[in-house]
Amino acid sequence: MRDVSIVGVGIGHWGELWNDSLRDLAVAASLKAIADAGVDRVDSAVIGCMSSGIFTGQEHLASVLGDYLGRGPLPVTRVESACASGALAFKAGYAEVAAGISDVVLVCGAEKMNDLDGSESTYALGTAADQEYEGYNGATFPGLYAMMALRHMHEFGTTRRQLSLVAVKNHANGLQNPNAQFQMAITPEDVEKSAKVADPLRLLDCSPVTDGAAALILVPTELAKKLAPGGAPVAVRGIGHATDTIALHSRASLTRLRAVEVSAERAYQSAGVKPADIHLAEVHDCFTIAELMAMEALGFAAPGQSGPMVERGETAIGGRIPINPSGGLKSKGHPVGATGVAQILEIVEQLRGQAGGRQVKGAKLGLAQNMGGTGGSSIVTILGA
Amino acid sequence: MAKIGIIGYGSCIPRNRIKVEEIAKVWGADAESFKRGLLLEEKSVPSPDQDTITMAVEASRRAVLRAGIDPAKIGALYVGSESHPYAVKPSGTVLAEALGATPECHTADLEFACKAGTEAMYICSQLVKAGSVPYALAVGADTSQGAPGDALEYSAAAGAAAFVFGSEEDKIVAELVDTYAFMTDTPDFWRREHMHYPRHGGRFTGEPAFFKHVCGAARGMMAKTKTQPSDFRYVVFHQPNGKFPLRAGQMLGFKKEQILTGWLVNRLGNTYSGASPLGLTAVLDEAQAGDRILVVSFGSGAGSDGFVFQATGRLASVQKLAAGTREQLDNKKRYLDYGTYARYRGKIRMAEK
Repeated sequence: MRDVSIVGVGIGHWGELWNDSLRDLAVAASLKAIADAGVDRVDSAVIGCMSSGIFTGQEHLASVLGDYLGRGPLPVTRVESACASGALAFKAGYAEVAAGISDVVLVCGAEKMNDLDGSESTYALGTAADQEYEGYNGATFPGLYAMMALRHMHEFGTTRRQLSLVAVKNHANGLQNPNAQFQMAITPEDVEKSAKVADPLRLLDCSPVTDGAAALILVPTELAKKLAPGGAPVAVRGIGHATDTIALHSRASLTRLRAVEVSAERAYQSAGVKPADIHLAEVHDCFTIAELMAMEALGFAAPGQSGPMVERGETAIGGRIPINPSGGLKSKGHPVGATGVAQILEIVEQLRGQAGGRQVKGAKLGLAQNMGGTGGSSIVTILGA
Repeated sequence: MAKIGIIGYGSCIPRNRIKVEEIAKVWGADAESFKRGLLLEEKSVPSPDQDTITMAVEASRRAVLRAGIDPAKIGALYVGSESHPYAVKPSGTVLAEALGATPECHTADLEFACKAGTEAMYICSQLVKAGSVPYALAVGADTSQGAPGDALEYSAAAGAAAFVFGSEEDKIVAELVDTYAFMTDTPDFWRREHMHYPRHGGRFTGEPAFFKHVCGAARGMMAKTKTQPSDFRYVVFHQPNGKFPLRAGQMLGFKKEQILTGWLVNRLGNTYSGASPLGLTAVLDEAQAGDRILVVSFGSGAGSDGFVFQATGRLASVQKLAAGTREQLDNKKRYLDYGTYARYRGKIRMAEK
């Protein structure tokens, strides 16, 4: 196995991008990453996308990306694991470089979600739940995460205000991210007065529907200087990947994310580090409760202690372990297939010291956690400068 | 060049209202989020026998009364609506007959989603300007459709506004300074033949549709007339909900007090082809000589028409000749429950005849 480094990043502004199609987004991010790395060739590409077929009617993204990158015979692989498609694409690209199959691999994550209206996109996202047991009975992701939130509140005394503070923090961080969909400060009262979605979750507890893409260039660490003279390499220190039951009701506990716990253990083990060593993390806050549960599954907080930790400001930039300095899914946006790639990209920019107003000072070791559904799949990636 | 402008105007707003809470109750929706998010409180509902034609007649009679003209001299008459009662057979002929404008009159029914009313105004003003006809009558009227439970059901309302255009200087109550049109192929909202309710592109109806065209037309209109927001006493925007026109005004640099006189939507709802024309009638009810008025409509599909009017000294003498717009909005209201509203709007499936 070869060591792998990330040498190029590409991302654009995320939001309701009415003038950009899925291919526009994927190609623009990919070309930026290629330019950032300064590579003169791409040997292979992986694209992570959850549901382009439902969202835009377009499948066969391997050919679309190869074609519109203008690199005809390029081997491209499309990868899907619901909202974890992005990080899974990264894992596939990583494996290809580590195994010596390819030297310069482009990893792209993209999703175009705004071609559908609200109920259609809710349906598209709902395909990540268990169709036979959850979907057919009318469960939606806001409803499923609401149950997880109610149980967490019941078991641990997690408060409505603690959920609000997750959204408040992520919006404050997003204000410093020029690519974020929502660049506005919010208050806990704003969250608590926003429209009801599924009790106890309100509109401002939920990540938005977003169009966007992000891309990375991976090379073997030993060849980084030669292949990517423009890139500031950031090493991939460890990756962990796990799955859990697809249906929420099959789990022993509604307040634990087993796939995140196991993928984190594997990532920590392969990197040879422990939770306390991590300087910053990007976690999958598709709903505010998801960030709290991810913090506990990643070992940053003991079970039930994530809410008080947020309340104490320990996860803000400047706190003990800044979480979602990019603004997270909540403020930066959540184009599902792109999210996992963009989380890793944020860690790269932080470790390069290029994160501008949201820079976590002295960051040397960062973690990204991306999951699908209610935690039915999870990938944890650890990067080191 | 001879001056042209509006010589008479009139409006018609049905008495029936339904509150946002009453609709939300039926669908288990959160009334507060519609009230706060879209600034909607209640909307007008047509009575069972009230339709685009009857409202057009009522508004036009008021316009002709204010104009003080012989209706037989109306040489052209256009009704803009997306709810013409007949798919084939003009609304305009019924209106012309009811007014006494037949037979020497040209008519057509117009459709361009919510801007069909200002299309009629645009065409009428240009026919009068060209000297083709002495007077031309423009109507915007709708009994708009919103599918049960859809977000549009909270706003789709009924109303009509009518304007007589003429060129006799002593008759003009609002001189037309200039017009401007801004249009692209943007499919944000549509209803195909035989579809009962329209479909819309959700949030796509906002930035790339409403705001792009309304702001584009407003900026183009101001550039063409070398004016800026502070030159206008009043501005009227298309008002599909309470929020959009206020936000457009803010984006363009207008103050809220310039908008509020013609901002009827919070208690009227969206009267589609009647929306910005009704806003203009409410402004004409209050404007004084010399006041400049900017009107910008919006129709899905999509386009905006811009108009700059300047009130004349004659306006004050016609304002009280017929029922005012706010007067109809504020008085003699009759609140309906959802069941009665559903019956009035033909939303209940009846036995086959």
